[in-house]
Amino acid sequence: MARLFATLMLLAGAAQAAQADEASGPDALKRLVHQDCGSCHGLTLKGGLGPDLRAQNLQHYDVDSLTEVILGGIPGTAMPPWGPLITTDAADWIARYLLDMEKK
Amino acid sequence: MKSLLLAITASLFLSAAQAEPIATGDLGLIIERASGSVLLVDQSDRAVLQRIEGLGDLSHASLVYSPDQRFAYVFGRDGGLTKIDIVTRTIDKRIVQAGNSIGGAISDNGRLIAVSNYEPGGVRIFDADTLEPVADIPTGSKTIGLVDAPGRKFVFSMWDTGETWIVDMAAKTPEISKIGDIGQNPYDALITGNGRTYITGLFGEDGMTALDLWQDNPKPVRVLPGYGRGRKKLPVYKMPHLEGWALTGREFVLPAVGHHEVLWVDADTLMEAGRTKTYGQPVFAMARPDGRHVWVNFAHPLNDTIQIIDTVTKTVVHELKPGPAVLHMEFTPRGHEVWLSVRDANKVMIYDTRTFEKLREIDAESPSGIFFTARAHKTGL
Repeated sequence: MARLFATLMLLAGAAQAAQADEASGPDALKRLVHQDCGSCHGLTLKGGLGPDLRAQNLQHYDVDSLTEVILGGIPGTAMPPWGPLITTDAADWIARYLLDMEKK
Repeated sequence: MKSLLLAITASLFLSAAQAEPIATGDLGLIIERASGSVLLVDQSDRAVLQRIEGLGDLSHASLVYSPDQRFAYVFGRDGGLTKIDIVTRTIDKRIVQAGNSIGGAISDNGRLIAVSNYEPGGVRIFDADTLEPVADIPTGSKTIGLVDAPGRKFVFSMWDTGETWIVDMAAKTPEISKIGDIGQNPYDALITGNGRTYITGLFGEDGMTALDLWQDNPKPVRVLPGYGRGRKKLPVYKMPHLEGWALTGREFVLPAVGHHEVLWVDADTLMEAGRTKTYGQPVFAMARPDGRHVWVNFAHPLNDTIQIIDTVTKTVVHELKPGPAVLHMEFTPRGHEVWLSVRDANKVMIYDTRTFEKLREIDAESPSGIFFTARAHKTGL
C-alpha cells in the first residue's frame, strides 16, 4: 500500500513538472516567438511592421544584448519591453533561439 | 471550338458532381494561419464544407470577395495573392506579387484587386479576373490601411512617412493625390460604410486622423488628440485593428493604443463622446450589425477574453472566456450569431449574440481571420 502511495506521489510530481514545462518550456517559448512576436515580425520571422528576425539579420547582436532588447524593448519604436511578461531566463532562451543557437 | 468543348466538358463534370446549384451568400472562409490553408464554412449550418490548402504564409492574412460572392482574394503575409473559387472549392489562380504584404482591397466595381506591401513598400493593383498586373505604386514606406473608396479609388497610408495617398483608377492612368501630416506611424485605417470618412490610427502619437473624402482636397483632421494625456502608455504587444468599422448609431468606437479602454467618437463632429474601461488593450472593437453591442477582444497576454459593451450605456454588460488567443470575430450579416477564432484552442466558436450561449465549436488549425461572403457588398471590407 505504501508503495502504491509513493508511486502515485511520483506520478503527481511528474504531472506537475509537465505542467510547468507547458508554460515556460521550449515549446511554449517557440509558440510565443512565432505567434506573438510574429504579430509584428511575421509567423516565419521574415519581418512585418517589425524587422526581419532571421538569424542572418541578427548577427550584430550577441546573446546578452539581444536578451536586453527583448526585456527592455527599443524606446521610440514599436518594440515593447517583454520584461513585464517573461523571465530573464526565457528572454535569454529566445535570444539564443533567434541567433540560431537553439534547435528550431 | 476547343474552348467550347472544354466548357461543355466542364459543365457536364460540374452538373454531375453537384446536381444542386450552389448558393454562396451564407458561406465564409476562415484563415488557418499556420498551415497555409483556409476552411470553407457554411454560416447557416454552422459547418465546415472543405479545407483548401496551398496558400503559403497566412499569418495576418485577410481576404475580400468578388461582387458575385463566388471568388475570394486572399492576401498572404508572404506576398501571395490567391484567388479561390468557392463554387468549385479550388484555387483558381495564385501569384506571389511581393515579398511581404499586409492586406488588400477590391474596387467598387469588382474589377481591380489592390494589395498593400511592406516589402517592397507600396501598393500593387491587379486585374480581378486574371491577376495580371495593372499598376505598381511604390511609396517608399511600409504601406498600411488600404481600403477601397467609391469611384474606383483606393486609399492607403504610410507607416514610415505619415502620408495618406488616394489613387483614382477611373482615369486611364492612375491619378495619385498625396496628403501629408497624417501623423506619426499610422498603423491601420478604416473607411466608413458610406465611403466618406477615412480614419487612420496612429501608433507614434496619441490620436487618430480623419479625412473627409467628399472634399476635393481632403485635409487631415485630428481626432481625440492626446487621448492618453497624463497617463503612462502601456507596452503594446499587439497592434489594434481598425478594419471593423464599429458604428453604433451616431457614434463609433475605436480601440485606444496602449491603454485598457475603447474610445467613443461622435460621427458628425468627430469629438470624443465617452470612454469605456476594458479588461485589456483592445485589438478589435466590432459592432454587432444592429449597433446595439460592441464586442471587444484583447492583446496578448489578456487575449483569452471577450467583453461585450452596450452602446447605449457604454458599459460592459457581459464577459466571455472562449479560450486561449481569441484573434478575430465575425458576425452573421444580421448579427444573430458571432463566430470567434480561438487560435491556441484550435477551435472556432459560435455564440448566440443575445443569450451569449455557445452554439457550436468547429475544429480549425490555428484559426485567425473569419470572413463571411456578405462582406462582398460592403465598402471598405
